[in-house]
Amino acid sequence: MSIRRDYSVIADWINPGSRVLDLGCGDGTLFKLLADTRQATGYGIEIDDDKIPLCIANGVNVLQRDLEGGLRDFDDQSFDCVILSQTLQAMRHTELVLTEMLRIGREAIVTFPNFGYWHVRMQLLMGRMPVSDDLPYQWYDTPNVHLFTIADFDALCEKKGYRVISRQVLAGDTPVIALANIRGSLAMYRLTRS
Amino acid sequence: MSEYSQSQSVGIVAPQTARFSEPLALRSGAFLADYELVYETYGTLNADRSNAILICHALNASHHVAGTYADEPDNVGWWDNMVGPGKPVDTNRFFVVGVNNLGSCFGSSGPLSINPATGKAWGADFPLVTVEDWVDAQARLADHLGIAKFCAVMGGSLGGMQALCWSIRYPSRVAHALVIAAAPNLSAQNIAFNEVARQAILSDPQFSDGHFSEKGEKPRLGLRVARMIGHITYISDEQMAEKFGRQLREGLKFSFAPEFQIESYLRYQGDKFAEYYDANTYLRVTKALDYFDPAAEHGGSLAKALAPASAKFLVVSFTTDWRFSPERSREIVKALIDNRRDVAYAEIAAPNGHDAFLLEDPRYLATVRAYLNRAMS
Repeated sequence: MSIRRDYSVIADWINPGSRVLDLGCGDGTLFKLLADTRQATGYGIEIDDDKIPLCIANGVNVLQRDLEGGLRDFDDQSFDCVILSQTLQAMRHTELVLTEMLRIGREAIVTFPNFGYWHVRMQLLMGRMPVSDDLPYQWYDTPNVHLFTIADFDALCEKKGYRVISRQVLAGDTPVIALANIRGSLAMYRLTRS
Repeated sequence: MSEYSQSQSVGIVAPQTARFSEPLALRSGAFLADYELVYETYGTLNADRSNAILICHALNASHHVAGTYADEPDNVGWWDNMVGPGKPVDTNRFFVVGVNNLGSCFGSSGPLSINPATGKAWGADFPLVTVEDWVDAQARLADHLGIAKFCAVMGGSLGGMQALCWSIRYPSRVAHALVIAAAPNLSAQNIAFNEVARQAILSDPQFSDGHFSEKGEKPRLGLRVARMIGHITYISDEQMAEKFGRQLREGLKFSFAPEFQIESYLRYQGDKFAEYYDANTYLRVTKALDYFDPAAEHGGSLAKALAPASAKFLVVSFTTDWRFSPERSREIVKALIDNRRDVAYAEIAAPNGHDAFLLEDPRYLATVRAYLNRAMS
């Protein structure tokens, strides 16, 4: 099975032997990749019942709990990196989650679907809420409660005093350099507190 | 759920007895000069003796974990949905040991067995035993069976406390600890329920300070009330409402005869329990629960108590369990995280309260199955 492009970018950002906390770790595929290729240790957090046995089968230390309010058990700066992969847009308390991530971790990796992507803009221009590979839901059944663009996220990072160590924007599997907020469908940030 | 049907039972099993003549020092300061442990095994110990799983029982269970007896085909082991060929604790792969704890009334040395010093039944004179004492005795059984290290020690409720205790007391002898529907100690509310149950027994005129069997009596009424109280704490409000609600047996009679279905259910459970269980054992097991508190010696820090543990953990709780709620399991998980231990934690949304750990919930069984598969791979 080929490795998802965004996962391989994340793996490149994880130093060997890091302590990692993966928020919303799903079936544990990403964590397993980081354990196998970066000797990462740590925990994954997942709420979905059906994913728990899959994580365990992948050898992930999965903790079943809600991300919102479920991070209190982790001490300040106790992880090298806290990852939130394509989940921030579904969080109710966006700012709090980011604050918690950089309280617990020295670094944070956040990835999200870019609402500024041209395809999204086109659908909005046509008068409909966008549906795409990165935003695969209808407006009435989406778990996403906060949709935002790369420019929005840059502004939030600035407001919160976060330093962007690295940023990678993808359109499908292809890296995007210029006009990222229009051409990129998925944004990936590696952050720390400045 | 044909997957877990009787066809995958371990079949007919037979208990065995191990006798130990080296004295066992108990936490109370007392000694047991010699004692017996009754146990059952299922599956085959592999050549390098690395596939053994110890199953620890809770309050009223025993060594009879799975299968049936030749002369009692209806006496199915208490965790038969968990343990058997192809089941989550797969006896095709694992060598499973079920052991009856000291002080029990199902065969291991306890109030019903003969005190070698007097030649009479121990009765009220059997010493108070603790979770630590049980675990020490289980370790000797492991020696007897030639098991230097368990692949896993597991149990639910009080059994989960034993698994936790094993990981602290014998860290080099446990690769994996499965702590299910347990707590790191009892809350004041838990102790309060135990105390009411004990008072029911102690104040039964037929208890006779625990020497009832010499008089050919049994404190049935006390045991019955104790079980009724216990039973209420094992099931959730939600499940009780669904199962019984306010259903009446035959309409109101304006009397104290059982009118509501829940009353008759509790009486039935109490009567059944009073027949097969021993009052002195009940008192001792509830005390063992009350005393369990590994953090106490470490200034209340469970993280410090768990510092010696080197096992990997699976912790499981059930959302409607109000006896040992998910918060209590999360305390264990937190202490393990503080020690950077490997731990997986599942919080199963089951409606059945504390009893859920004994029931057939596919998410729960899949979690244990995945964990033990991984443990053996």
